[in-house]
Amino acid sequence: MRINDVILRTVVRFVVFIILTLAIYLFFAGHYSPGGGFIGGLVIASAFVLLYLTFDIEKVQQGIPVDFKKVAALGVFLAVGTGFGSVLFGADFLTQTAQKFHIPLLGDKELGTVMIFELGVALTVVGVVMTIIVSIAEGDGD
Amino acid sequence: MTNLIVMPLVIPILVAVLLIFLRNYRYLQRAIVVVTLVAMIVMSVMLLQLVHTEGIQRVDFGGWQPPFGILFVADPFAVLLVVIANAVTLCCMLYAFRSFSPHYERMFAYPLMLMMLAGVNGSFLTGDIFNLFVCFEVMLLASYALIALGGRAEQLRESLKYVIINIVASWLFLVAIAFLYGTIGTLNMAHIAQRVQELGPDPLITTIALFFLVVFALKGGLLLFFWLPGSYSVPPVPIAAMFAALLTKVGIYAIIRTFTLLFTTQPNVTHGLITVMAISTLIAGSLGAIAYRDIRQIAAFNVVIGVGFVLLAVGANNEAAYAGALYYMMHDMVGKAMLFLICGTMIYLTKQERYDDMSGLIHHYPLFGWMFLVVMVALTGMPPFSGFVGKVLMGQGLVASGSYISLAVGFGASVIVLYSLLRVMLHAIFGETMIADEDKVKLPKSMLLPIVALGAMSLYLGASAETLMPYVTDAARVLADSSIYIEAILGK
Amino acid sequence: METLMILLIGVLVSVATYLVLSRNVIRVILGTAVLSHAVHLLILTIGEVKKGEAPLLGNQTANGPYTDALPQALILTAIVISFAVTAFVLVLAFRAYKTNGTDDLEQLRGDEHD
Repeated sequence: MRINDVILRTVVRFVVFIILTLAIYLFFAGHYSPGGGFIGGLVIASAFVLLYLTFDIEKVQQGIPVDFKKVAALGVFLAVGTGFGSVLFGADFLTQTAQKFHIPLLGDKELGTVMIFELGVALTVVGVVMTIIVSIAEGDGD
Repeated sequence: MTNLIVMPLVIPILVAVLLIFLRNYRYLQRAIVVVTLVAMIVMSVMLLQLVHTEGIQRVDFGGWQPPFGILFVADPFAVLLVVIANAVTLCCMLYAFRSFSPHYERMFAYPLMLMMLAGVNGSFLTGDIFNLFVCFEVMLLASYALIALGGRAEQLRESLKYVIINIVASWLFLVAIAFLYGTIGTLNMAHIAQRVQELGPDPLITTIALFFLVVFALKGGLLLFFWLPGSYSVPPVPIAAMFAALLTKVGIYAIIRTFTLLFTTQPNVTHGLITVMAISTLIAGSLGAIAYRDIRQIAAFNVVIGVGFVLLAVGANNEAAYAGALYYMMHDMVGKAMLFLICGTMIYLTKQERYDDMSGLIHHYPLFGWMFLVVMVALTGMPPFSGFVGKVLMGQGLVASGSYISLAVGFGASVIVLYSLLRVMLHAIFGETMIADEDKVKLPKSMLLPIVALGAMSLYLGASAETLMPYVTDAARVLADSSIYIEAILGK
Repeated sequence: METLMILLIGVLVSVATYLVLSRNVIRVILGTAVLSHAVHLLILTIGEVKKGEAPLLGNQTANGPYTDALPQALILTAIVISFAVTAFVLVLAFRAYKTNGTDDLEQLRGDEHD
């Protein structure tokens, strides 16, 4: 199906980056205030869905050549893996730790292992949402 | 604190993820699955030994002390079930290696089976009622995918119903948790138990208890088993065997756990109702088991009978009955997996689903025929196989509490089990063979091996009752006296 | 506020019950989605809607008492799960529709001896 969607295409090119920026903001905001991996992941997924709506599936898959099932698997691995990491250090399962770092330009920031966990959650959400949407769209996916 | 407790949940998940990346390497996948499951059996046996010598263990996630954090609790009841669940899964996997087509193996069948095992183990081990919900969902999501895997028309049809029924049941579970949290203000199971006991008999708590009962009855197939025969007969054989062995057991476990630990203040209402439901389940299951000629349906209704029998113990509510229930549950996991594998193999060999269309299998497959005899004897509860010990203990418990109706129905149902399987045996296993030697389908040894292994496990459970008994009585003591559990979690 | 919420939950549950009891698969799935929203609201209400300050570490001006944060954590988990399940069942329904050629549950009943 070919429709004349110049406006959509032009707008989406810009909007996708704004959405992705928002997603990254939400992801990092989740450390101490509302936000976090799940919401960040959903917003990233919504950006991808917008791309799929505007351009056709083949084209987007050329641009983002990843298997979203594997993205989800990697996410689960990271999330569970951080819990497992604490076991290796002899602490209770899922124990998290944090450390203050001085990062140039950004100033003093606290980085924690929760971040890795949240990254895992975000990847899982992106992977699962995209897998489901793509498989409905293709009609004969798994 | 011992992190060994979370391993039965974490390791299958991590390995399942690994297998997703190894999608196209079939043999590597199989090797990893076997190594993982063997390692998990070893670990859970170690955990069992630890719990036996040092009492109930717990691990607080992230170091959050109870009652604030989520925790996993290893009590003998849970750990025994974990050991058997892992062993049965290994046998089903071994069968799956031979019977799955390469297509299935690439469709993530093994990772999903491991995820389901993770959910089952998590449900057994968790000490937090909301976490129980989450583990249930992990298990159910994997089972949703497994039941639809392959995408045949009847699979999709049955899975749709199975999923929708379970969504509604999960919804009820959440409602019950919401009410419980609103009333009691905690989600830690030991803490709930403590507060409920302080509150005494309270109509609100009893209402919430009945909510939980409906939820777990739906999941475990206690009286509300209408969804069970349909959904258990569509997936491939090893998956159906895993369903029969594990899924209903989780529901039974949840009923026993909640009604021995949490809701003990009005047993005449809650426990009485469970007894009535168990007796009705036994009767309805028996009717189903003799009504059908399709062997898959017969096997499914045998699962239903098992559920009813185990839950008679809740009504009796004494140590002997719980010991019997636990022993019978372990036996039932092994026995039902074996029954489903055997029925699946019979369908594979004859291409028929009704037992009166089969005949004389023992002439071509003598060992297989003997295995059918083993599973029949074991499920009926004759020595030296595993059902016997459980039935004796259960009988003692029921007599001690004076529940003679339960006793009569429970043992009557055993006769029905014998009858329903004997009918299949006389028609399909014995009798004149209808297949000529040159036409017979070869029965691969790798398909027979898991069945024999399960038979041996059943024999071991029955014959070495002496070695197992200390663990089982340990578990029954915790179930009969909830203060042991509460003290282990919250201290004095 | 609690009363209003309870009324809203009642409306949602009745709508959902109506939808779940219909014959069309998509309506049933929508019904389960509405059901899950109802129960999320229920958990929120049962933890008492507004009792105190937001329990956030960055919230410097607040000096207690704080609202119970646990129901929100429960709801977030429940939302994630119901999201995953709803998404899965939508795919499943779509596949079942394509394979069986119907989205009418009456026709998906299945024969006992087919």
